[in-house]
Order: sequence, then C-alpha cells, then structure tokens
Amino acid sequence: MNKHEFSVIGQPLPKIDAWAKVTGETRYADDLVLPRMAHARLLRSPHAHARIAAIDTSRAAALPGVYAVITGADLPPVKFGILPVSQDEEALCREKVRMVGDAVAAVAALDEETAERACELVEVTYEPLPALMSIEESLAHPEVRIHEYGDGPNVHKSVALQFGDVEAAFAAADLVREDVFFYEGNTHLPLEQHAAVAHWGPDDKLTLWSSTQTPHYVHRLLAKILAVPAAHVRVIAAPVGGGFGGKLDPFAHEIAACQLSRLCGRPVKIALTREEVFYVHRGRHPVLMWLKTGFTRAGDITGSHLRTWLDGGAYGSYGVASTFYTGAINPVTYKMPVYKFEGARIFTNKPPCGPKRGHGTPQPRFALECQIDRAAEQLGLDPADLRRRIVAEPYTKTANHLTVTTIGLGECLDRVVEASGWREKWRGWNAPPRGRGPVRRGVGIACSSYMTGAGSAVYWNNMPHSGVVLRADRGGGVAILCGATDIGQGSDSILAYLPAEVLGIDPKDVRVHPADTDLTPVDLGSYSSRVTLMCGVAAIQAATRLREVLFQAVAAKLEVDPSRLVARDRKVGVPDDWDRALTFAQAVELGEAMHGVLAFAGSYAPPKRAGKYKGGGVGPSPCYSYSACVVELSVDEDTGMVELHDVWLAHDVGRALNPLLVEGQVEGSVYMGIGEALMEEQVFRKHVHKTPSMLEYKSPTTLETPAIHTILVETDDPEGPFGAKEAGQGPLLPVMPAIANAIYDAVGVRIDEVPITSEKVLRALDLKRQGKPARVGPEKLPLFTFKTPLVVESAFGQPADAITRRPFA
Amino acid sequence: MNRGPDEPMKARIELTVNGERREALVPVHKTLLEVLREDLDLTGTKHGCELGECGTCTVLVDGEPVLSCLALPAELEGREILTVEGLAQGGRLHPLQRAFAELGAAQCGYCTPGILLVARALLEATPVPTREQVRVALAGNICRCTGYTKILDAVELAALRMAGRTPVATAAAGSAR
Repeated sequence: MNKHEFSVIGQPLPKIDAWAKVTGETRYADDLVLPRMAHARLLRSPHAHARIAAIDTSRAAALPGVYAVITGADLPPVKFGILPVSQDEEALCREKVRMVGDAVAAVAALDEETAERACELVEVTYEPLPALMSIEESLAHPEVRIHEYGDGPNVHKSVALQFGDVEAAFAAADLVREDVFFYEGNTHLPLEQHAAVAHWGPDDKLTLWSSTQTPHYVHRLLAKILAVPAAHVRVIAAPVGGGFGGKLDPFAHEIAACQLSRLCGRPVKIALTREEVFYVHRGRHPVLMWLKTGFTRAGDITGSHLRTWLDGGAYGSYGVASTFYTGAINPVTYKMPVYKFEGARIFTNKPPCGPKRGHGTPQPRFALECQIDRAAEQLGLDPADLRRRIVAEPYTKTANHLTVTTIGLGECLDRVVEASGWREKWRGWNAPPRGRGPVRRGVGIACSSYMTGAGSAVYWNNMPHSGVVLRADRGGGVAILCGATDIGQGSDSILAYLPAEVLGIDPKDVRVHPADTDLTPVDLGSYSSRVTLMCGVAAIQAATRLREVLFQAVAAKLEVDPSRLVARDRKVGVPDDWDRALTFAQAVELGEAMHGVLAFAGSYAPPKRAGKYKGGGVGPSPCYSYSACVVELSVDEDTGMVELHDVWLAHDVGRALNPLLVEGQVEGSVYMGIGEALMEEQVFRKHVHKTPSMLEYKSPTTLETPAIHTILVETDDPEGPFGAKEAGQGPLLPVMPAIANAIYDAVGVRIDEVPITSEKVLRALDLKRQGKPARVGPEKLPLFTFKTPLVVESAFGQPADAITRRPFA
Repeated sequence: MNRGPDEPMKARIELTVNGERREALVPVHKTLLEVLREDLDLTGTKHGCELGECGTCTVLVDGEPVLSCLALPAELEGREILTVEGLAQGGRLHPLQRAFAELGAAQCGYCTPGILLVARALLEATPVPTREQVRVALAGNICRCTGYTKILDAVELAALRMAGRTPVATAAAGSAR
C-alpha cells in the first residue's frame, strides 16, 4: 500500500493522551487517592550481605497511627522472580539480605511520616557476611555464596554457543583483531518514582494500581507470591511516568502494599523515594567484553568470537535473558558467517541489574563498532564504506539462526553519510587535526540493529502475546480493550490510530482502555520493543473482523457486493456511488441488527522461529530495525571535555505509523545513549551507591544534548502492522560507539569503556604524549572457564523462514 | 486516633493558587509540593526527587519558577501561585500546552507540568527567545523521554504563535521540521 492511500497512518497526529498530559490531568499511580487510604514504607537493609538473626517489630507496632507491620514471616514462604529459571527473590527477606536496600519489613500507617518513624523502630539483628562487590571478588570467593543455585559458585548463568568453525574463519582472515572493552552499568532514572496503591477489598479480592510496564506478569506473580487465586487479583497499570525497563519486575513495594492492605483492611499506598529507586535498579549490566574478529583485506568479516562477563548484582531478574542478549544480536547487522559466543553472569552484593532500553545489546554493540573502526583504520578503509559493504542480506538467516526480513541499513548509512557531510568531514585516518587551539573536532560513525519484540514470552506458553477486544457503539464510537501499557511511547495512541485507519473513522472516535487484567486481554508488557507490532497486528485483526461484518450489513442495505465497499471519512459506501454511503454509526446499527453485539477479538503471537538449539529462544523476533549514526563533536585537549555538536541518526522503522512519535523515540534514544556514553554510571563506594540522587548521578540536561537530526527510512516489513518495525530501543545502540569513534577521529585516543569521562580522555592524551598506546580501557580479564560450547552449524545465508506464517493470523 | 507527644505543630495557611484563595491546616514543615498535592488536590504538580534536583515539581510564584519541594507554604501567603492546572484559561489551553500536545513534546508526561511552567515564565520575560535561551531556561528540568528536542521545538512554536508571527497551523507544522 502506498503512503497516500492512508488517512491516519503516516500523519503527525498528537497522541490521544497528549491533552491530559499537558494539563496535569493524567493520573499516575501516586496521584490516586482512595477513602481511608493508609501510607506505607519499607525498611531496607543497611548491609550488603548479612544473615538476619532476629527482627522485633513490637515497638513499631505500638506507635500510635500504625495500622500494620509485616516482615517476611507474614508472607507465604515463596521465592519469586520474573523468569521461571531464577526464582530467587523475596519481597521481605527472611534469612538473609544480599544488598544494601533489600527490604526486610514494611509498615502501613495513617501517613508516610508515621510509617517512616515506625520503620526506624523495627529492630533487626544482622550478622554481617563478607560482601562481594565485583565479578573478581565473587569468583575469587566461592566459599561465600550469594545464592545456592546457578551454574557455579556465584555464577548465575554461563552460556557457550558456537555456530561454525571460528578458528578456521580466523585462519582465513587477512586481519584478526582482539580487543577488550568495558561498559559500565547505569540506571533508567525515570522521572516518576515507582508507586502503587493496593486495595484488598471486603470481598477478599485484591486490586493493585501500579506504575508497572508488565501488569500481566505482576498479576501472575502476585497470585503466586501471596498464595491467592489469580482470579481474585486485578492489576491495573497506571500511566507510567517513564519506564525504560525499570518497571518490568514485580517489586517488594507492590507485594508489601498488597499484604498490608489485607491486614489493615484499608487501601494502602506506597511511593518510593528517589534513593530507593536507585537501589531497586534492574538497569544496565556492567559488562566486560573480549572480542575477536577476522576481516579480509576488503573489510568482510570472516568470523567473530565474543566473550562477555556480566556483573548481575544480587538477584536473577531478567539476567538469564540479558546474558543471552549480549550474544544474540551482533550477527543481525552485518554479514557474519561464523560466530561464537561465551557469556557469564556473576552474582554480586549490589542492586540487581536487568533490562534497560536495548537490553544486553548496547554493550557488545559498543565493542563491535569500536573494533570495526580500528579494523577500518588498519585496512585503510573509510569506516562508512566498510560498513556499507558488509550490511546483512535481507530475508536470510544469521549464523545464530535468526530470521531477518527487511533491512534498511544500507539506505540508513547512505542517508546519514549524506546528511552529516561525512565525505567532507571525515578526512581519512591520521589526517591533521581539525579545530583551533586545544579544541579538536571529529566525526564518528556506527550502526546497529534491534529486535521488534521477543519471539517468546518470559514463561513458556502457546497463547497470544497480545490481544485486543474491540466493541463498536451505536453512536459510531469504538472502544478498544488491550493489556498494553503506555509508558509514554504512545501505545494507547497506536491502539486508536490502527483501528481508525481500518474502519475509516477518526482516532478521536476510538476510546482506548488499557492495561487492566480484569477487563483487557493479555498483552505481555512494554518491553523488547514489542508493543506497536504485537498489539498493532491484534488491533488490525479485530478491526478488520468488525469491518467485514459492517460491510455485510451495509452491502445488504445498499444491495451491492461487500467487496465493493470502502470505509473512510466516517462513512461506508461504494467509492463511485459515495452519495449513498452510510455513516459509520448507521453501519454499526445495521451490523448490530444483523449480528447482535459488535465485539470482536484480535490476537497476535509471533512466528515460531526459535533456533533448534538450547538457548535458541532468545533473539528471534518477527523483524529487526536498523540504525546508522554519525556524531560530530569537539574534544578539548586541555580539559578532556567532550562537546557534542550534532547527531544524525537514520532509522529503518519499517513504516512510521506516526512520524512524530517515531522521531520522539529516536530523539529520546539518542539522548539516553549520550548519557550512557559520556556520564551515566551506577557505581558503588564500599557497599553503598555512590550517587543515589539526581544531582550526583549525572544525566544530560538541555545543555549537554546536541541537535539531533532524525532520518526515517521505511522498508514496509511484511511482519509489522502496516509494515512498521520498532523505534524505541534500536536508535540508542549506535550512539555510544559513534561517540567513541568520533573522539578518536578528533584527538587520536581510544577510550574502550563507557562512560567516556573527561578524566579518561585526559589520561589517554597523557599516554599519547608519552608515546605509549593511547588507549584507556580494561587491562585484564577475569579468571573464568566457560563451559564447552554447544556447537551448531551456522545458518548464515540460508533463506528466511516463511514470512507471516504465525498463530492466530 | 491520638497522636504521640511529638505530633507536629499545625498552622492554618492561606494561599492564592491559580487565582483562587485556598486554605489548609497543615504541619508547618510540610512543603508546598505536599500541600498542593495532598491538601489542595492539585496532583498535576509532580515530584521526582523531593530534593530540588530534577525540576519536576516546579510551580510559578509571582511568575517566577520555584521548586515546590523546597518551598514552605507558610512563607508564600499573599503570593500568586500558578500550577499546571491554572495554565489553561476559561477552558482554552495556553499556547504552550497546545504546542506541547501537537508536537509530541510530552511522552510519559511526568516532567511536562514543570517544564510548561518554566517555559511560561521564560516567555513572559522573553517573548521570542532564541533556542539557546530556551535551552538555558530549561536546563534545570530533567526529561528522560524526549531528548528535549520536541520540547524546544514546542516552546519555540508557542512563542511564535503568541507573538503572532506564524500561521496557526496544527501538528503538521511540527513534522515539517
């Protein structure tokens, strides 16, 4: 379908919730108030690792104004975790705390201050244990066990996969590079601190409103954790004030609020402080990486071998998936015929890491793109041309058995090269410096790809990943019920635009009722860039089913064949006899008279394309987005300060359903990438977070954010709704390496770890002046033996599996 | 229920918020942010840190941006307080609100009220600011969603419209950029 045939798709429409958001009417979780509502606080551990010898809550319970005090003993003895393979969390720790910030008790009181005072009166006797604060410490002390499960002492997960003969690939190469990189951890920093309101009603049923990205998973897990029937639990996701992956797990505060409400017979609200949000974390894993890649003289990759060590923190969270993701996506971007991946996630006594925008993939992307830049230099090639040459082939499989459909990366590269003036600004390797005095200018380039939705749910099942119920009203309005959760990306709006397009009505005629486990069909949640594609296809299916019925009814009335009818401009009729067209509302009345209540369901599940090997379930996606990025910046050789001037980012989004929203995702991704590249870091001093406040944890303001030039490339992917692919995560990925590569272009130093602080740039410049290798980055690797790899034949270059053959289609 | 001996001292305060006189009986240490949200039902004002670091809770006091999480209402009696709920007049959105909605400047929307108010203060003082002036004015407001780009665009569009310098176009004006 061509663009001009659409009425809603492709239009830069305001989001349907924009008006509420600019007037302060949007009610986030902490804005909810219920009659008789109590307020809760958690007591958190000051120890990184300690046995709990005793907890005495008597003084807290006696404080006037306190309604209930609970500890782990007041909850069913159930451990939980978002992934079935990592059931290692407790809402309130019973025997042991594993990090500063682990919750041990909770209080509900008439107000927050009373609850806080009561927490201070809870007496906990701890017996401190040795705290393991780094990968090295955790591996060096197998006698200290953070958890009793995993792939070895303090090893949460160890994976090793090999696709083809990597040693032969290196032997066939003209250039083999081995490089070591480190990617520091960082956190989501949503502006909204997590909050929840729980109401355990007199009917013994529970309702939880929460700032969560995954109401469905919270629903399932609450039932298990609280040992109540899931049928009696209702979870409603309030509009989320920023997620980025930080609100994807079930959390202690949600569970405690539910149990406190049950005990005190009142609704209970709990809202985290900013400091607590830093400890709740689930953010970017710190990852140490060793990458070996073979190149031919022309720049083709013969094979690549990646090792990753992830500092997981104290709990599993999504960590098994994170570990696989550090290895899964690199082969999707370029022709990489042979591939080997070894990864290990290590437990430490720090807040648990998990999924943050790009989940597990920004780290190896940084490594690969920085290494390609070096290879281009050694081979004397333009790094843009080298990348253009090796872009993966559409509709093929990768070495690790991922099916790739459309690839717009070639066009993305061409467009950023053109828009940025790369041909003039990049003046070859070791060109004389650009700029005046100590301030040197440089440009850098990098590419990336990302999945549009995970091919598997976090628990194995054959059901839809997303569902929509659509109901047409006699007034001509349409109601959409869908479990999708709007975290600001605009999923509610997508759920209005797509049915409006199919039915020929205005998005304003569509009311979207999202994310309520009592009312809405399941959508798995706002993660893995899955929502637009999955709920979008489901919504199109439901709307198409309604349209068929309306066409039947209208065709009977107009005495024409239904195939001649179209729906547009809030009317249904025959295009060349439009005067007789009926209004959409009349069509609904005829349809309801003919068929009864007009309610239709749509379901989506991804095509089943998991690789036929253990671990093949992480990485498959209906389709992949592609990005290319050029950064222009200056480096001050006296201060090490990096100033960004412009970022050009071309993104293959399949189709921009609403270009304003896609641009917003690209701009937000670039911004977040800049923060990760230059300043953001979740680091610890002794056992506590070094910067648990928004002042100390540096993030870019308007002053550090440069002009961002977004270029949208459309490839009309057969898997996506009207051809759309993801936009929310992929555009973050190339930003960090493009910045690192631009710094090298400017001042000739390689910073092989993020964040690239001015201190590191100065250190590298010093080394350069001393005639030493001008590089700052990790110097050593952990002593760790990966398991014997599972050897699978490379699927590189095989034709893609059948397109759009998926369940429920 | 009886409170303990350390029950905080309460004071009756009278505030002018969005042109209305409002009264509340609140502990004297309660911040303006808390009084607005909890006692006056004005939950449009958001909080991100309660430490004056993120700009989210910004309101205007006599037209100047103030971090409501650091302000004590007792000190603000007789002053004009403006929150996001007071931006629209007589059911008509402020041009900043319209531009923010049309250009997609609010993603999750949580930082939006504070940013709208800082932008309003800027436009009162500098009707048609340069992009750099907008950047500087908003440097104390963190937004994690937008990369600030569409926020800067929206402030500029609103300024031009208020100055009568541009056709009153709708969202399409934003995408043309």
